Amino acid sequence: MHRIALAGPTDFKGWRDAARRLARQGVEPADVVWTVVGESSDLFAAPGLETPAAPAPEGPAFAVPRAFLDLAETAILHSDPERFALLYTMLCRLMTNHDALEDSVDPLVVRLNGFAKSVRRDIHKMHAFVRFRAVETEAGECFIAWFEPEHRIVEAAAPFFARRFASMRWSILTPERSVHWDGEILRLSEGVDRSAAPGEDALEDLWRRYYASIFNPARLKVQAMMSEMPQKYWRNLPEASLIIPLIDQAERRSAEMVQSATTPANPRPQRARPTPAEVTEAPAMAGTIAALRAEAAGCRRCPLWAPATQTVFGEGPEDAEIVFVGEQPGDQEDLAGKPFVGPAGQVFDAALRDVGIDRGRVYVTNAVKHFKFVPRGKRRLHQKPNVSEIVACHVWVAQELQILRPRLVVALGLTAVRSLTGKTMTLASAREQKLQTEAGTALLATIHPSYLLRLPDEAMKAREHARFLEDLKRVAEMARAA
Amino acid sequence: MDMLEKLGILADAAKYDASCASSGTDKKHAPAGKGLGSTEGMGICHSYAPDGRCISLLKVLLTNACNFDCLYCVNRASSNVPRARFTVAEIVKLTLDFYRRNYIEGLFLSSGIIRNPDYTMEQVVAVAKSLRLDHGFHGYIHLKTIPEASEALITEAGLYADRLSINVELPTEKALSALAPEKSIPSIRRTMGRLRLKLDEAKSEKHLKHARRFAPAGQSTQMIIGADDSTDRSILDLSANLYGSYRLKRVYYSAFSPIPDSSLKLPPKAPPLMREHRLYQADWLLRFYGFEVSEIGGKGGMLDLDIDPKLAWALANRDRFPVDLNRAPREELLRVPGLGAKTVERLISARRHRTLRSDDLVQLRLPLAKLMPFVVLGDHKPSSLLDSERLSALLRPKPTQMQLPF
Repeated sequence: MHRIALAGPTDFKGWRDAARRLARQGVEPADVVWTVVGESSDLFAAPGLETPAAPAPEGPAFAVPRAFLDLAETAILHSDPERFALLYTMLCRLMTNHDALEDSVDPLVVRLNGFAKSVRRDIHKMHAFVRFRAVETEAGECFIAWFEPEHRIVEAAAPFFARRFASMRWSILTPERSVHWDGEILRLSEGVDRSAAPGEDALEDLWRRYYASIFNPARLKVQAMMSEMPQKYWRNLPEASLIIPLIDQAERRSAEMVQSATTPANPRPQRARPTPAEVTEAPAMAGTIAALRAEAAGCRRCPLWAPATQTVFGEGPEDAEIVFVGEQPGDQEDLAGKPFVGPAGQVFDAALRDVGIDRGRVYVTNAVKHFKFVPRGKRRLHQKPNVSEIVACHVWVAQELQILRPRLVVALGLTAVRSLTGKTMTLASAREQKLQTEAGTALLATIHPSYLLRLPDEAMKAREHARFLEDLKRVAEMARAA
Repeated sequence: MDMLEKLGILADAAKYDASCASSGTDKKHAPAGKGLGSTEGMGICHSYAPDGRCISLLKVLLTNACNFDCLYCVNRASSNVPRARFTVAEIVKLTLDFYRRNYIEGLFLSSGIIRNPDYTMEQVVAVAKSLRLDHGFHGYIHLKTIPEASEALITEAGLYADRLSINVELPTEKALSALAPEKSIPSIRRTMGRLRLKLDEAKSEKHLKHARRFAPAGQSTQMIIGADDSTDRSILDLSANLYGSYRLKRVYYSAFSPIPDSSLKLPPKAPPLMREHRLYQADWLLRFYGFEVSEIGGKGGMLDLDIDPKLAWALANRDRFPVDLNRAPREELLRVPGLGAKTVERLISARRHRTLRSDDLVQLRLPLAKLMPFVVLGDHKPSSLLDSERLSALLRPKPTQMQLPF
């Protein structure tokens, strides 16, 4: 029989050293008695004495998973007297099966995980339910709390308070240990009696008022409260004295609200100024892009407006000679409310630079002005607009062109070709043809820049990119020729 | 008016807002000896009200005076409630005083709209700015943004706040225009979109040395349930849209609660708490269990109030069961009624070491009655119950004597 006397109830290092040695000697868990110096749980143990280990040879060194050390360090803080023995049993098991801890339905694993969980919860509740009271001392204001943890967690919970109440001087007193912070150093001391803690704080009335006011009596759910804030914590919470009265009054208060007649509106409402809805901006001059943009902001000609953020209207100078028409705004355009600002917009910008077209001198818009998508978790998957949506939105493109009267319109992709010509064709044929918009303006078709982003094959991508630049060079030439 | 009375009015005015979380932000704390406060990723609930809701943040309004006349709101312009207003300095002091005593995790500040949106937003931002810059406060700050406020103010809010939120309140435009005439969905959406762009930008620059902090806990919103006739389906559709479009961290559902001094147009009734609960469960299925909105929901687009939405789905899709807990992939385990995401991970890890049997489920304290008809184990095959008409009746709660909602 091996008797191990640990220096204290949370002596992880002592337990680890002893357990490692015993395990290497092949000592069976049943042959070890774990005690804590000063605790009389084992009646036969002489405090401070350890039976010298038999001069058995040390066994081979072994390694345990990191997860076990984390588990042991936490579970050892549990108040269950069996914790040392159970952890040692687990350690012995890990020597033959390195992954034994992964068997998360094994009774021993379940029990130890339960210990750790209970300890973590107790630490969490200490972080939550410690209530400081301000006390004037010779050294200035000091904050003192009284707390009664379930497990031996004071030391483990203390660093949190040091991080949080960095510039305060504070002490947390408990029956078993106390901890103090002076703004620089954490110091532990013996536990004290409850009477050593201050009994009141001037702010507690204010806190109780808040607690009572934030509670909605129409939503009484006592069980939910009790499971998160068990009664054992109540006696050290200043707000807890209100719980029972609030519960008692809740039924009456909420019934009053439900039954009482509704009241007429206040004859002198709070409203001091016109609300934003009434403040309208100066109307934009009719027949301008600005007026059209304002009108399109409320467009509901097809159902695409509903899930989208906003109408993304065209952008550019009103005297632009070239108008680019894309398909529809994408995710980024929808959020920003501007056309061609997303990944495809960046490809487009770079291509314009390469052929010497100033984006500031051209007008850029889309055939369809709302983003069409399906939500997929945290993403929005782009969907191609259908013909009825293209037709519904044509009204806006047509009016934009009518106002701008450009020399040349460039259709980026088939959706734009469909919108501008009213005809369905392949891109290959559209690229070869001399096209016109319905109003008779010269129209040149090319790919939509997002096409380049989707091509997986690098060689093909390079080829298509070069062809796109060729098309844009023709655009630049036609603009110069004019 | 003394502080006690003001706090009473302005906390009461904020109690209908469901959001409470103080989690999901970056880890930070005051340096030793200086400043105050920390956030450690996981939020802390410092207390619980008897309504079961956690009290994590000091949730108050800057003022409950408001230009808007949203009928569901106790602070609407035409309400007869007493009004109060905090000064910036008062809220700052109150937050610090409460924080020092460990009552709270930080501040959740909202406000009635006074003068104009920019003025109101300015005041809200001033509180956060003072806490951060004048007092070295590192605790959690959640600010409610006013959609019509200028972009510059909202950007500034993001510098000081951990989380920003804008309430959509009602799922359809029809409901919003009927009940909250001054609010507009387009401006709410535009602001959310703008926020997402800024959040994305801050995230992509996070690795840079002088990256600016912008609302590291992201954005959230709230919808009021039961004030209008919207269906659960339309509510969840909107949620899926908001999560996908603006990457919201949370959509909060708030059962419309009777308010003192109710509007004649919206007579008070008991809040639909069970409906609210089911919506949260459905929301969870969307975010963590791989469900699509189209898969959730029962008759007329409403969730079943008797049973949870996952069980309802399983009963309606019995051909997908039984699921073999020893073999099925994670996605299928996540669809088994009674198995939570954590339990699924445990089972996956355990089954590498053993064949799972009924006793193992007992060991994990799982709800066997709900679970067993849908699963296959080493020592268990579901009975013909899975195909029986009786299953649904068995799993529904037994009818009890009628209970009053209060």
